[in-house]
Formats: sequence, structure tokens, C-alpha cells
Amino acid sequence: MKQHMRMQDKIILRLGAKFLVPFILLFAFYVQFHGDFGPGGGFQAGVIAAAAFVLYGLIFGLDTAQKVVPKSWLEKGMAIGVLVYGGTGVATMLLGGNFLEYDVLHHHNGQHYGIIAVEAGVGIAVTCTMTLLYYLFAERGRR
Amino acid sequence: MPIEALLFVLLVVLALAIAHMRDLFAAAMLFSIFSLLSAGMFTLMDAVDVAFTEAAVGAGISTVLILGTLALTSNEERNGPFRLTPLLVCLGLGATLIYGTRDLPVYGDPGAVVHHHVAPEYIEGSHNIHIPNVVTTVLASYRGYDTFGETTVVFTAGLGVLLLLGGAARRRDPEEEAAPQATSEVTS
Amino acid sequence: MSLDQWHHIGSIALLCTGLYIVISRDNLVKKMMGLNIFQVAVIFFYVTMGKVTGGTAPIIPADAHGHEVLYSNPIPHVLMLTAIVVGVATTALGLSLIVRIQEAYGTAEEDEIVRLDLEEIG
Repeated sequence: MKQHMRMQDKIILRLGAKFLVPFILLFAFYVQFHGDFGPGGGFQAGVIAAAAFVLYGLIFGLDTAQKVVPKSWLEKGMAIGVLVYGGTGVATMLLGGNFLEYDVLHHHNGQHYGIIAVEAGVGIAVTCTMTLLYYLFAERGRR
Repeated sequence: MPIEALLFVLLVVLALAIAHMRDLFAAAMLFSIFSLLSAGMFTLMDAVDVAFTEAAVGAGISTVLILGTLALTSNEERNGPFRLTPLLVCLGLGATLIYGTRDLPVYGDPGAVVHHHVAPEYIEGSHNIHIPNVVTTVLASYRGYDTFGETTVVFTAGLGVLLLLGGAARRRDPEEEAAPQATSEVTS
Repeated sequence: MSLDQWHHIGSIALLCTGLYIVISRDNLVKKMMGLNIFQVAVIFFYVTMGKVTGGTAPIIPADAHGHEVLYSNPIPHVLMLTAIVVGVATTALGLSLIVRIQEAYGTAEEDEIVRLDLEEIG
């Protein structure tokens, strides 16, 4: 993968990426929160959001990407995602139900709230893990 | 025979081409096409959520990770000798498995046993709690423990890669010390 | 051999190709690609089992009541969806191990690694 021109100098790639990244992120949020009604959910949304960060990192360089999303955020985000999932389970236990028994969250829409909380946890964990994986592989290459 | 069968032939041809290629960069690209094609086939088989994930993961993140590894190792696979034993083992295994699947139901059979156990109950339950996507209901509610486990696996794998690649690089040979200058231009 | 079972034959052909790459190639990155093909074959085995002829994707339309719409089986979809994401996480773990092996041995070819190990012992 020898490059004659630096990636930052390629104007079409730069403009294309600048144009696409916000839409990819918006689509990720759509997939995340529309997962109850159409195809989608936390896993897919997480991977799509990570793809936006990976595209940004590939075109504008790893340093710029790490200014936008620092590595320390991602390391914390990985754990926070799992904690949100587990925390939902603990919250239902504190409200008197079983682990992950969403019906106790709300008398009518408990299942909805539970599923949104759990999917948010999955989305955060997957986004952070996938972006971090890209950072680690790319960083290793420049040493 | 439906179009899925034809696409299956194309998939197998792609897989064989990946096996044959010595240029690993080209193989990685073919692997990306392989994932995208299988995502299309999942859509034909009504598995829209699986197709979604496969398109994003297989054609996107997996390929980026493989390319990242290729930048750190070698782009070219060394020419090895042809070995007969693996080929015979695989052909034998394939024949045995095909013999074993002869009693299984045919493609799309509505009377198959798998469709008459918990699946109707899940669809009914999802309808009752007003969540249209049955896959989300099963994933997050009916099988919530399962998904919690999967999320933990993703977290643990991320932690493992962080431990393996996050530390300082150590090289074995003195002549390998010259390598960093060559590879540093790849990512910048 | 009846061709009614084409979906199983296709999955098994993919599975055998993946397994062939894993056991016959020395390059470790190629082995990971083989494992991924193996994984896709297993996913196909499950997803083709869930298909119902005349069925639609398991998403209930807003105006549906009860059973009048025929859906494909959602359970294989759920299981395979999570399997794909876990698959990419474990693939990343395997690839990072390959990177460390490359740094330690200077090669990612299995027979070379075995040879270097044998030289060190004897």
C-alpha cells in the first residue's frame, strides 16, 4: 500500500468524506432508534457509527480522528455500554422484578423503555469497541 | 430452482478464488465482495437484520481490520507446496455432511419443525407489546440474557486487543528495527 | 442426491472451502479469512432453515391483526445477528495476535514459525 500522494491532498476524497460522515452518523442514529419498527438495532447502529469514524480516520489521518474522538473516551465508552445494559437489569431488580424484566419499568410501556435502554447500551459498546479496534491497528502501523 | 441457488454458486466460486489467490490484498477485496453478496442473499431469505449487520460488518469493519493487519505483515502469501490430504479431508467431510442433511426439510418448507415451536409465540408476543420488529423483541427482551452475554464478549474482545496491541512494540531482530520507518508512511 | 436440498449443499460447499483454506494454507491472515468464510457458511445454514416460502421479513405491519400474515422464522435471524458481531470481535482478536506473532518472529507463515521454534529448542 505505497502511496505516491498523501491522503490529505486528495481533494475528491476529502470533500466526499466531509459530505458523507454526517449522513452516516445520522443514519446510525436512525437505525438505533428506529430498530423497534424496522430493521436495525444497537449492533447495526454501532457498526455504522464506527464506520463513519473509520472513514474519517482513513481520509483525514489518525491524529485528526483522535482529536474528534479521543481514545480514552472509547475505552470508557466500551465499559459504559456494558454497564448501561447490566444497569437496566439491576434497575428492574431494584423495582421488584427479575433481572431484565422490563414490565416493572412502566405500567404500560415497560417493554418499550427496557428495549430502548438495552439497545442504547449495545450501541454505545459496539461503536466504541469497533472504533477502538481501528485505532489500535492503525496506531501499530506507524510505530 | 430459485435465484438464491445461482447466487450460492457465485459465492462458492468467490470462496475458491480467495483460496487460490496469493496476493493477499486482492483476496481481502474479494472477501469484502463475498460479504456484500452474502448480505444481498440474506435479504432474499427475509433476514433483513442479518443482511444489515453483514453488510456493515463484513464488507466494512472486517475488511479494514484485515487491510490493517496486511499493512503490518506481508502483502504476498509465500508459494507453498500443494497438499493432497487437506483436500481429501474436506471432500470427505463435505460428502458426509451432505449425506447427513438428506433427512432435513427442503428450502422454505412451512411445515418444518423449527417453525412450530416458539416462533409463533414470539411473533404473537411482539404483536401484543406493539413492537413491530420481531427480531428486536426477541433480541432485547425474550433473549435479553443472551444479548447481554454477546455484548460482554464484544467488550472482552476489545479489551483483549487493547492489551495485545496497546502496549509498546518489541522487535526480535536488529535488522527489523529499520522497518518502522518503512511502515510509518502507510497510515499518515 | 436430490437438488431440493440445494441450500444445505451450498452451505456445506462454503464450509468445506473455508475449512480447506484454514488447514491447507500457511499464511495466518489467509487462515483468518478462511475462518470467516466458515462462519458465513454456518450463518447461511441457519438463515436458510428459517425461510418460509411465501413468507415475509418478520416485521409486523401497522394494520396487521393476529395471524393473517406469514412470516419467516425470526429466531435464526436473532442468533446469527449477534454471532456476526461477536465474530468480528473475535476476528480482531485473532488478527491482533497475528500482528504480535509477526513482530516476534518476523513472519506470519506458520511453517516458518514452527521452523524458528524448532531451531530455538535444538
